[in-house]
Amino acid sequence: MIKAVLLAAALLAGCGTGAGPAETTVTVFAAASLTESFTALEKGFETDNPGVDVRLNFAGSSALAQQIANGADADVFAAADETTIARVADHLENPAVFATNHLTIAVPRGNPARITGLADLTRPGVTVVVCAPQVPCGAATRKVAPGLRPASEEQDVKAVLTKVAAGEADAGLVYVTDARSGKVDAIDFPESAAAVNNYPIALTKQAPNAPLARRFVDLVLSSTGQNELVRAGFGKP
Amino acid sequence: MPGVLWVPAVLGLAIVVLPLVGLLVRADLGNWVEHVTSPGAVAALGLSLRTAAMSTVLCLILGGPLAVVLARARVPGVRVLRAVVLLPLVLPPVVGGLALLYLLGRSGFAGHALDLAFGVRVPYTTAAVVIAQTFVAMPFLVVGLEGALRTAGERYEAVAATLGARPWTVFRRVTVPLLLPAIGSGVVLSFARALGEFGATITFAGSLEGVTRTLPLQVYLLGETDVDGAIAVSLLLVLVAIAVIVVARPRAVERAP
Repeated sequence: MIKAVLLAAALLAGCGTGAGPAETTVTVFAAASLTESFTALEKGFETDNPGVDVRLNFAGSSALAQQIANGADADVFAAADETTIARVADHLENPAVFATNHLTIAVPRGNPARITGLADLTRPGVTVVVCAPQVPCGAATRKVAPGLRPASEEQDVKAVLTKVAAGEADAGLVYVTDARSGKVDAIDFPESAAAVNNYPIALTKQAPNAPLARRFVDLVLSSTGQNELVRAGFGKP
Repeated sequence: MPGVLWVPAVLGLAIVVLPLVGLLVRADLGNWVEHVTSPGAVAALGLSLRTAAMSTVLCLILGGPLAVVLARARVPGVRVLRAVVLLPLVLPPVVGGLALLYLLGRSGFAGHALDLAFGVRVPYTTAAVVIAQTFVAMPFLVVGLEGALRTAGERYEAVAATLGARPWTVFRRVTVPLLLPAIGSGVVLSFARALGEFGATITFAGSLEGVTRTLPLQVYLLGETDVDGAIAVSLLLVLVAIAVIVVARPRAVERAP
């Protein structure tokens, strides 16, 4: 009997600590291009903070900004360019730039169309897929290659990567970090220096769990975080 | 009818009507005309109407005969075929788009052959949009026509045949006239479905203004950056949908199975 009461009490206590997801979970909205690096950082953060669960939501930055504007429960927002984050500035604390990225030409493995640089993308018969100008990778694309006539403008950089990896396009403009997936070959081009994306990160104003969220942002900005990002191919701000 | 049915019925109606009200309330009606006459929206509307019309014609000239075969042919396996034809109705359209891509894309066997033999590449073209729309819309026509054929029975056709009419004459003078109402409703439904097609199109055809970016794709693109524009184009789609239902034979739609 006493045992049963103790057990019940223990269960209740357990529920007590477990019932506050706001205290033990951090929800991070991050640009699709951060998938690999933030997933690695998530593991480190959860190891250093036992019992904490980081929930990552990866998508195109513009889509995430739209979700935040519509009241999604995010603690942290990491976007792929400053324009996108400026669009939801009202919902965010002051952003800090934590990484930079630039474009590269992704081609199917083995480069069947023999692309060597930006000039080849305008060759007749070459199928090129890029991001739509409304999303950060597309804005960068328009800056470095304004005269490009793509076969399709995709909604985010992963969609471009998928089409190239599947061989349905001869080339696509993606971030250098995305081209490292191993599914495509990358051809760097000097013009890409004209559009370097700054990646800002910020706490949301209504962050359900601000203290823990701040720790995650600190991790991203720390040398551990920076090393992880550099390993993924990002530049330092 | 038990009066209590009113409760779920009203809730059901609310699920259909309230979201449209939400759209209207949030809409920037003052600038609506500006939004829907933007070059992107005009290109998308034109493309949507053109492709939906073409895929409706394809649905009719391919799906019509298919319905007749499914309803009248006495060959083993017809029941299995009937189930297969229903697949696009049940499948998520994005799966249909992937399937089309791996058939007609460069890596697909048919796409590869077409490229080698004729230099024809289907993905990223307006033709790809029409194919995707036909894929998802055809079952609506086939199911409607086949049901009507079964209901009508074969009496008149049999009589015409005993009077000496050849099969083609029977088809032309008896079967088709009997089916006219069902053809009307099938055409309306498949046009509406083609107009709303999104998942298969974006997967298989991509998204490019004037070539493959139909109205639903335009809404999706704007939804992330220009919400007022997205809502305006959505309202345009609602208007076109209402026009399709109201103008094009409301009774025919009601009679559809």
